[in-house]
Amino acid sequence: MALEKITSVTGRAVNVPGNDIDTDRIIPARFMKCVTFDGLGEFVFFDVRHDPQGNKIDHPIDRPEHKGATILLSGANFGCGSSREHAPQAISKAGFKAIIAENFAEIFFGNSTTLGMPCVTAAREDIAKIAAFVAANPDKDITIDLEKLEVRFGDASVKIAQRDTARDALINGRWDAIGELIDGLPAVKETAAKLPYMAA
Amino acid sequence: MAKSLFQKVWDAHTVRKLANGQTQLLIGTHLIHEVTSPQAFGMLRDLGLKVAYPHRTFATVDHIIPTNELVEPYADPLAQAMMDEIRKNCAEFGITFFDRASGKQGVVHIVGPEQGITQPGTTIACGDSHTSTHGAFGAIAFGIGTSQVRDVLATQTMALGALKVRRIEVNGKLRPGVYAKDVILHIIRLTGVNGGTGYAYEYAGTTFENFTMEERMTVCNMSIEGGARVGYVNPDETTFAYLKGRPYSPKGAEWDAAVERWKSFASDEGATYDDVMIIDAADIAPTVTWGINPGQGISIVENIPSPETAKTDDEKAGIIEALEYMKLPAGAPIKGTKINVAFLGSCTNGRLSDFREVAKYVKGRKVAPGVKAIAVPGSQIVALQCEKEGIDKVLAEAGFEWRAAGCSMCLAMNPDKLVGDQLCASSSNRNFKGRQGSITGRTVLMSPVMVAAAAVTGEVSDAREVFEVGELVEA
Repeated sequence: MALEKITSVTGRAVNVPGNDIDTDRIIPARFMKCVTFDGLGEFVFFDVRHDPQGNKIDHPIDRPEHKGATILLSGANFGCGSSREHAPQAISKAGFKAIIAENFAEIFFGNSTTLGMPCVTAAREDIAKIAAFVAANPDKDITIDLEKLEVRFGDASVKIAQRDTARDALINGRWDAIGELIDGLPAVKETAAKLPYMAA
Repeated sequence: MAKSLFQKVWDAHTVRKLANGQTQLLIGTHLIHEVTSPQAFGMLRDLGLKVAYPHRTFATVDHIIPTNELVEPYADPLAQAMMDEIRKNCAEFGITFFDRASGKQGVVHIVGPEQGITQPGTTIACGDSHTSTHGAFGAIAFGIGTSQVRDVLATQTMALGALKVRRIEVNGKLRPGVYAKDVILHIIRLTGVNGGTGYAYEYAGTTFENFTMEERMTVCNMSIEGGARVGYVNPDETTFAYLKGRPYSPKGAEWDAAVERWKSFASDEGATYDDVMIIDAADIAPTVTWGINPGQGISIVENIPSPETAKTDDEKAGIIEALEYMKLPAGAPIKGTKINVAFLGSCTNGRLSDFREVAKYVKGRKVAPGVKAIAVPGSQIVALQCEKEGIDKVLAEAGFEWRAAGCSMCLAMNPDKLVGDQLCASSSNRNFKGRQGSITGRTVLMSPVMVAAAAVTGEVSDAREVFEVGELVEA
């Protein structure tokens, strides 16, 4: 399976500030009563975009100037909580291609990478600089460069970091491991043979 | 070289290194449920793939299951559709499914151990973050996303980077009225909700050595709430005694060989750890949360934090946001906070010992007027045992609704939900905004006995006072 080599993501950004934004907040459990991921995009961050009666309330991703944004900015421990892939799926299906945050929860990070949606980390003050640029220039693109490990916006740039294994997988087009895992099936058989509990 | 259990299990299950530097890790035991598996089966079909080792995947249904409706079709057509889907997928791919008709259905993390499927020295994965529960047996158990569920179905492996290992030692005897739940809430309070990111936790020390398997499971279950994907306890005689005679446990001569093998996976004396944390059991009090993540906990005798007491700007912002959502007054005692709902159950605290302990104290008492109290056994087997022991009657007489097995109000994917800004005293694992089914609903996490105390008084209470716990323990 040939996968796209994701070396950079360019697009408009939107800042959704806050720490510990959990997966229940990203996609409330009631929207997981589904047997496909299709249609999850419209429910992303639903309960912070609507009041208890379901009326729209002000939220950055709904502001007209941020419509069509493809890069999400946030705080620390983004995606904590459940292992639900529904969370990165909802973000992805809402049109986002990458996330910049101070750091990410472990399972969310892996789930996002497997979808080819890079999660990169930056220092808080640098995220603040990007956020300030985006607030002043919501119509301007910014670029996440995974090869140079930097985000460029206007005339400025800041350093970013990404786990080596994820970065390698993205820039070399092997972020979805299924093909490689299948190639390893003969070796899996050998490992399984050494483990008594794997016997049929 | 001396190795930790994590390293030994990792090495034994390593298939090969992948091009990006991750490991192709064999996952010996795969558990699935109805919420995170249907899309994975869909992906398999799209790719024309089969299940590589169907006898190593086990399924049950827990998240969406109505706990007061036994007959299908369920009133909620979406729940019925998910039920139909997992049944169809298991039949098509030859996977064992613990359906309701089997009498073995329940929350996936209760069913695995109960059946003896969860074993030491193994790797386990499930599309659910509380999979770390199974680490109580000395297994390395990962919560995974749906694409990885697909990977495990198709290859019995997944791509993963090794984790660092933090040994968390708790030593000494817990004080009366303090439970395993308090131990993990205390640990998360100390580490914060992301202090465990990148780590597997090895829980050790005399407190854990003396814990029952159910207590170990309660602690391992909530590892992820502190950011750690994996948590485990080294296997010992307590582990083997629990597993002996269970349906999927090895039998006869195989049993003895298995025990020897299991023992060999325990961490070596002198194994090195990336970090060590040591806690005195006597420092742990009954702990409750006051905020919107499981790290926002205090002992029952403490006051709700004020923004002014925060040590960092982040903490301050966190307190302000949490208090606003929780509608709780800064600086006031948490004790005495009125509750509307009491929830007993979940993969954290929905086991036989939890209900036994609660029954011991609520016998002859009544749930406070106006409080809705529900008790949801973690599995059909837990339910049956409770019913044999009359625990269901004790709880019902006290005013708890005795329900059928499932995840229920832990995450409210079934009809059990908070309404409006109801406040729930809950034995579950997450107090995130909206977690229990209402966008403004509020959750206070605590041990089952503390839930029982809140239920009978109608407010967050110190169970030691309500039930005179110290004396009863002595008796």
